[in-house]
Amino acid sequence: MLHMEKHMPGQTIIQKIFAAHTSAGALVAPGSIIWLDLDVRTARDFGGANVVKNYRTHYGDSPVADKDRTFFTFDLVVPANNIPYANNQQLCRVFAREQGIKVYDVDAGIGSHVALERGLAYPGSTFVGTDSHLNILGAVGAFGQGMGDQDIAFAFKTGRTWFEVPPTMKVVVNGRMQPPCTARDLTLAVLGRLGSNGALGRAIEFTGPAVEALDLPGRITLASLVTEMGGIIGFIPPSEEVIAYARQRSGRRDIEGVYADPDAEYVEVVEVDAPNEPLIACPPSPANVKPVREVAGRRIDSVFLGSCSNGRFEDFAAVAEIVEGRHIAPWVMASVVPATREVFEQMLHSGVLETLFHAGFIISNPGCGGCASGHIGMTGKGEVQVSTSNRNFPGKQGDGETYLTSPVTAAWSALKGEIAVAE
Amino acid sequence: MKPTQIQGRLWVLTDPQGRLYDDIDTDMIFHNRYLHITDVAQMGQYTLDNLKGWQDFARKAQAGDIVMAGKNFGAGSSRQQAVDCFRALGIGAIVAESFGAIYKRNAINSGLPILTLPGLTDMAGRFQTGDSLAVDFATGQVVLNGGQVFLGEPFSQVQMDIYQAGDLFAYGKLLGAGT
Repeated sequence: MLHMEKHMPGQTIIQKIFAAHTSAGALVAPGSIIWLDLDVRTARDFGGANVVKNYRTHYGDSPVADKDRTFFTFDLVVPANNIPYANNQQLCRVFAREQGIKVYDVDAGIGSHVALERGLAYPGSTFVGTDSHLNILGAVGAFGQGMGDQDIAFAFKTGRTWFEVPPTMKVVVNGRMQPPCTARDLTLAVLGRLGSNGALGRAIEFTGPAVEALDLPGRITLASLVTEMGGIIGFIPPSEEVIAYARQRSGRRDIEGVYADPDAEYVEVVEVDAPNEPLIACPPSPANVKPVREVAGRRIDSVFLGSCSNGRFEDFAAVAEIVEGRHIAPWVMASVVPATREVFEQMLHSGVLETLFHAGFIISNPGCGGCASGHIGMTGKGEVQVSTSNRNFPGKQGDGETYLTSPVTAAWSALKGEIAVAE
Repeated sequence: MKPTQIQGRLWVLTDPQGRLYDDIDTDMIFHNRYLHITDVAQMGQYTLDNLKGWQDFARKAQAGDIVMAGKNFGAGSSRQQAVDCFRALGIGAIVAESFGAIYKRNAINSGLPILTLPGLTDMAGRFQTGDSLAVDFATGQVVLNGGQVFLGEPFSQVQMDIYQAGDLFAYGKLLGAGT
C-alpha cells in the first residue's frame, strides 16, 4: 500500500516505537489507546513485593509470560537496613527462584543503569518496571516507563499493557555549554523553563546543538529529570556513540536508532538557551531553579553525590578533579553512592575512589542512596543538603532542606562548606 | 454494572494560604516510611499524612467522600499505595485539574474513579470543603450543591471498561489475557 504510506502524516519517535510494538494496522496517534508489547518487564525492591503479591493473588503459581525477559533489580534499600525491606526482598527472591527469573540483587546498583550496561534496554526497545524514573531510558532512545505494582504484575503475566499514545512536544536547546556548566545545568535550565507540569502527559523529543553534544552520561542526566517535568518520556535521538554502546552491550548488531520524520507533528516546540552559569533547584521543588550565585554563601551540613541522575563514573571523576589534594569543610558530611557496581569498579581502578576518600568523602556501595530516604544521605530537621539527586520535595530525603545541583557545584560546595559557585 | 454517577461530600485540598494545592506528590499522599505495607486495609490511616494541613484527613474522611485537588495530583513515584490508600478509605472519586501520568494509570488500573476538570484552578473558589458534589463518569459532568454545572473529561473507554470490570486483572481476564 505504497500509496497510503505516502499520505501518512509524519511520525514522532514514540509513534514509531509503539507502532513496532503493537498489532499491525493499529492506529498509533496521540490519544489513541493501544496494546503495547513490552520487551522487558522488571520490578525493584520498592514495589516488587506488591507485584509478587498481586501476581500470586491473580495468577497463582502459573509461569510468567517469558522468564528470560523478566527481571528483579534491587536498588533502593541495599542491602536492606530494616526488617520489612529485608522481608520484601526475600519474598521477591523466592518468587524469582520459583519462576526462574534472574535477580540483579542488592550488590548490582540502580536497575535502570544496570539495564543500560547489560544491554537490556537499547534504542527502539520497550522496558517497564516499578521505578518512576525508568523513562531515563529515553537517554538511548528507548521507551522506558515506571508503573504501579498492579500494572507490572499484569505485564509479568501477559508481556503487554494498555497505553494511551501521548502527544509529543519538542524541546530545542540552543547554544553550547562551557565549563563549569554541565549536563545537569542544562537539565535544570530545561526544568526551570518547563516547570513541574510543563510536559504533563506528553512525550518530549530533545534536540538542538547543546543536546547533540552530550555524551551518554550527560544524556542520562537530562532524561532522568523528565519525570520532574511531568513528562511520560523524554527521547534523545541516539548518536553514533550511543548506538555503538548499545550494540556492544546487548550483543545485537542490528540495533538502529529510531528518529522522528521531518514532518512529524508536535503539540508545542520550546526553545531554551544552554545555560551560561551553574544552576540550582531550591526547596521545595525540583522546578524551583535559580542561578547558584543567588543562593551562594548559604552554609551547608551535607552533600550527596549519586542517584540515577548523576551517579556515573564521569560525574565522580569530575568531582575528583576538583577535590584532588584538598579536603572538604570539616563540618560537612559528604557521601558518594555510585550508580552501579561497574561504576564502582571504574572508580576503584582509576584512582577516583582514593582521591575522594582522602578528600573526606563517605563512600558507599552502589544503589539509589538517599533518594526516597532509602539509605545513605537522609537529612535531619534543619539540615541543609546539596545533592545531585532528582527530587527535593518536602520529606523526600528527610526532614532537612535539599538543594539540587551538578556534581561540580556540589564538589565546590563540599570544599567550602557552603553553597558555592564553581571556580 | 457499577454506578457511573456518584454523589458525595467534598474535601477541597487547599494549602495553608487557602489556595488549591498543585503538585501533590506521592510522598505527600503516602509517605515512603510506610512503603513496606502491602495490606490495602492498613493503608487508609496514612492517607495525606505528609501534606501540610491535612495530616488528620484519614480520621475525618468517610466512605463515599470526594476529594478535589489542583494540577498534577499524584506527581512523583510509581507507588500504588498512593492510590490504594484512598480505596481503603472508600473515597468515591478524585477530581483534579490534572493528574501525574503514572498516578493516572494506577488509579484507572485499580478502579478508583478519577476525573480531570480542566480550568479547575481558576474557579477553585467556588468549591468548599463540605459541599455536595455529584460526578457523572460517563459524561464528565460535575454538579455542585445540586446547582452549578461544570464539564470535566468523561472516562475514556479503557477507563470505563476497567472500572466496570473491577480492576486491571479482572479486565484482563475478560479479554482472555493471563488466563
